[in-house]
Amino acid sequence: MSMAAPLLRLSNVSKSYVGVNALNDISLEVDAGKVLCLLGDNGAGKSTLIKILSGFHEPSSGTIEINGSPVRLSTPRDASAHGIATVHQVGGTFPLMSVGRSFFVGAEPTKRFGPLRRFDKKFANEVAVREMRSLGITRVTDGSRLVGGLSGGERQALAIARAVYFGASVLILDEPTAALGVKEATHVLRIIMQARQKGIAVIFVTHNVLHAMSVGDHFAVLIRGEKADDFRKGERTREQVTDLMAGGEAMAHLEAELADLHAAAEETTQ
Amino acid sequence: MTVHTVPAEAATSRAPSTGPSIRDLTRRPETGALIGTLGVYAFFAIFGGDKFLSAAGSASWLNVAAELGIIAVPVGLLMIAGELDLSVGSVLAASSMTLAIVSGYWGGPMILGIVLALAVGVLTGLVNGLVVTRSNVPSFVVTLATLSALAGLTLGMSRVITGTTSVGLRPDPASKAIFGTLIGGQFEVAIFWWIGVAACVAWMLQESRYGNWIFAVGGDKESARATGIPTDKVKIALYIGSGFGAALVGVIQTILYNGAQVANGQSFVFNSIIAVVIGGVLLTGGYGSVVGVLLGTLTFAIVNQGIYYTGWNSDWAALILGILLLVAVLMNNTFRKFALSSGTRKPSSGARTSRKA
Repeated sequence: MSMAAPLLRLSNVSKSYVGVNALNDISLEVDAGKVLCLLGDNGAGKSTLIKILSGFHEPSSGTIEINGSPVRLSTPRDASAHGIATVHQVGGTFPLMSVGRSFFVGAEPTKRFGPLRRFDKKFANEVAVREMRSLGITRVTDGSRLVGGLSGGERQALAIARAVYFGASVLILDEPTAALGVKEATHVLRIIMQARQKGIAVIFVTHNVLHAMSVGDHFAVLIRGEKADDFRKGERTREQVTDLMAGGEAMAHLEAELADLHAAAEETTQ
Repeated sequence: MTVHTVPAEAATSRAPSTGPSIRDLTRRPETGALIGTLGVYAFFAIFGGDKFLSAAGSASWLNVAAELGIIAVPVGLLMIAGELDLSVGSVLAASSMTLAIVSGYWGGPMILGIVLALAVGVLTGLVNGLVVTRSNVPSFVVTLATLSALAGLTLGMSRVITGTTSVGLRPDPASKAIFGTLIGGQFEVAIFWWIGVAACVAWMLQESRYGNWIFAVGGDKESARATGIPTDKVKIALYIGSGFGAALVGVIQTILYNGAQVANGQSFVFNSIIAVVIGGVLLTGGYGSVVGVLLGTLTFAIVNQGIYYTGWNSDWAALILGILLLVAVLMNNTFRKFALSSGTRKPSSGARTSRKA
């Protein structure tokens, strides 16, 4: 727990796939109990960065440090051993499994049963319900219910509760609000704040500037694999960020094109 | 704070109105299969009469169910994990021929023949599993290739070695008693093998952690892998299981009928899938139960044999099975929807699992 080193630090990380540069020289830091928002349009390199952090790919160059010491994340198992948990858009959960079963996938609690070990489903169900409740989900009271019957926000909560329960210190949320309605998204944002309060470093990956601005402490904008901007809460306005993400020039071009189309449409109606 | 208050009311008003037993039943994958089994049993009890209900009648469909079931249970497990195994037909033939050639044609010890026959199943399962997990070729194609290749290999080898396609075997009394007796003159000892296999597999699927891994692998392989489950090893083990099941039936048939033929077993390829799907296992994986597969197997066997007791032409059995398969799948889809919605007030969005299915 040295004060100097951030919980997670990426230094000059690059990744190329057969000659194509997916990520170029990315440096980032996240502290415990803070939310880093990773903003970027589709194809900006957000998914590549997530894959590197969650151990699916190794970077071509650059280093990853946890609490100041360099780590190698060659497999998803390495990532989770270092306390990095990733929750994907659909919640990374299994629609046709029960809440309790899916909460403990890969880490099933067992009880002695003669010479065998038995999966303790009662315990699994109870813990899953209790942990979701601690994130403010009170509507799920029965852990034997199927995950597919939960709402999108509840599924996110289940996945986040799972990561928190298994001791994640870095929580990567991949577009958690993208598939949700306004109300559900608000709920997920509230859960992000709860995770932050528990001292977890949250990396919130999104292309929704409004959602990012409402919970983020620190922001990084990716454009075509490069870090285009890096700023703290209050240092930029929403318009500035949106403009940057859309790429100012491209946006101006689009506006001109739309104006032409409008003019053409008016001509034909007259 | 409406999010919190509304469901609390819904929960309290909901609980006493419907009994938990009915709710639990509709949430289980085998509910549709149970209705199917009871339905066809009642149907043939009415149209097949006393002969169908007699001990001999029961033995005829139980024997079919037992042999099919020993294969359908591991095939169902594999399907829950999201993969198919079509090679079981050829595994059965290859293991039968192996036993008949080793212990019959060459006159080797029975135990050696049995071990080698079972090894053929394990080895084929291992090959299937390795190819499916190492390549990105769908398991349908991989196991279709094994089905064909192994059928060819069996035919070729048996002609080269014995010069014929059917080999006799004189099993010793102990092997006969363990694998190929008819209890009371009509019930195959395979029925006990079937019950044993099903009980072990059911415990493993429902009560052990490995069962949870199988559901997870079939539900979403990438997420399962991300949680640290050795997904490839799970699949390879399940392929070895289905290969072993098919080889065991090969051993049972060879000892029961005192010989083997190269063409044995091909009917098991699709019959096992029919039984599994009627039993409520989702073809794309992630959902199903051993009890469901047992019921699906019974349903198949009852239709398959019951037709003989009705006095109708047996040509119609396949038609009934086809219709039954379609009805069963539709019914299972309905029950799966019940399972997904049970315990919730109206789902808040329509996009729950349709994407996954």
